[in-house]
Amino acid sequence: MKNRLLTTFIIFFSLQLSSQDLLDVLDAETSETENVVTATFKGTRIVNGHSIENRKDKELEFIISHRFGRVNTGFEELFGLDQSNIRFSFEYGLTDNLTAGLGRSSFEKTYDGFLKYSLLKQRTGANSFPFAVSLFGSIAAKSQKAIAGNERSFAESLFYVGQVLVAKKLNSSVSIQLTPTYVHRNLTAIAADPHDIFALGFGTRVKLNKRVSLNAEYYQQFNKLESINARNSLAFGVDIETGGHVFQIILSNAITMIEKGFITETTGNFFGGDIHLGFNLSRTF
Amino acid sequence: MKIIYTVLACLFFVAISNSQERFLTKNGTISFFSTSPMENIEAKNNQVLSIVDAANGQMAISILMKSFMFEKALMQEHFNENYVESDRYPKATFKGDLLNFDAIGDSKTKTQVKGNLTIHGKTKEITIEATTLKTADSILMTGEFFVELADFGIEIPAVVKNNIAKKIKVNFNFNHKPYKK
Repeated sequence: MKNRLLTTFIIFFSLQLSSQDLLDVLDAETSETENVVTATFKGTRIVNGHSIENRKDKELEFIISHRFGRVNTGFEELFGLDQSNIRFSFEYGLTDNLTAGLGRSSFEKTYDGFLKYSLLKQRTGANSFPFAVSLFGSIAAKSQKAIAGNERSFAESLFYVGQVLVAKKLNSSVSIQLTPTYVHRNLTAIAADPHDIFALGFGTRVKLNKRVSLNAEYYQQFNKLESINARNSLAFGVDIETGGHVFQIILSNAITMIEKGFITETTGNFFGGDIHLGFNLSRTF
Repeated sequence: MKIIYTVLACLFFVAISNSQERFLTKNGTISFFSTSPMENIEAKNNQVLSIVDAANGQMAISILMKSFMFEKALMQEHFNENYVESDRYPKATFKGDLLNFDAIGDSKTKTQVKGNLTIHGKTKEITIEATTLKTADSILMTGEFFVELADFGIEIPAVVKNNIAKKIKVNFNFNHKPYKK
């Protein structure tokens, strides 16, 4: 019995050794690699708000964003196309994980600067980690001249935004992001307006094919400005990527393109037709 | 009975000695170049696995697509996301034979390598010319060949057709060492 077992073992072992496929040998020798999940979103914005994506080391991105007027203003305003708000910005990768940006919006002639840092990356394989975390901070300064009697100091023109971006690429086509947000304004219009507003953002993208994706974004505010009929921001977008360009076509109930604006100052009712058509065009150098 | 055991033992040792005649590298180099009127694109992978069986001249190569490093991060992202689809097809492989393997010695010899190349889930039979050098403790192989993207179902969209060559030049350099389990 013992002998028979030994025989079987030797035959089996010999056969296995000699017939082992060379590619199988290579598979066995491949060490488990650490895979950082990339391209969770195509652009640095989901629609209006930031995604976890950063510009990489020494890359410069120029973004022109555009929002027309409300489509329900009718034919006389050519469905909002007569009005236009614009923001342009330069965004630069200081390192692979830290991006700095400077922008200027025509709405209230606002300048903004931001830093975005990629804290944790989603990983598969060795040292796997289930999601990615980025931190975002921005300062915006309104420079539009105040009406007489309503003058404000520079400090009173400032707004601050802090965000934690938590994103997960579920599979090669679907990604989701949760964005807890804090907005502070130094000056409020009326005493009943809160200086600090908290919101939670939801974002997603679904790839339609290799170069086109459908994006959606919603920010739920937990307290709102009282001086305006503030609403939660809802936006949909289509990303089209061609080489170094990402082209986004957007439908949004917000007219502004920076966080302090579209999260807390949106008044449009998306389902009442207060929709702004817009574009984000980005070129990476 | 004894004879049977002797035969089996011989088989066993032949098998072992066979496996000892394999030569392997885990840090072979493959780089590729795309030359076009608009821009040149270059990528390099230093973690290519390659194995040669010195008993019969068979060889196999395994390439992790995500290990190709590009000059620009965006190129690397597009390579993995839009062209070779690394999530679906993580590896490119080659399996074939060094023709006239016995003629290879310790001076550089031109050798034909014939086999199946698989990229992006598509397989094509190719014959490559390699410069080969064999000593007691290494098999060195270098060479270059061209890969036609259309053969492997890799599409180039019209807007970037001036940025990416249809034929990509591939260079390889493998320094195989005796493979011990």
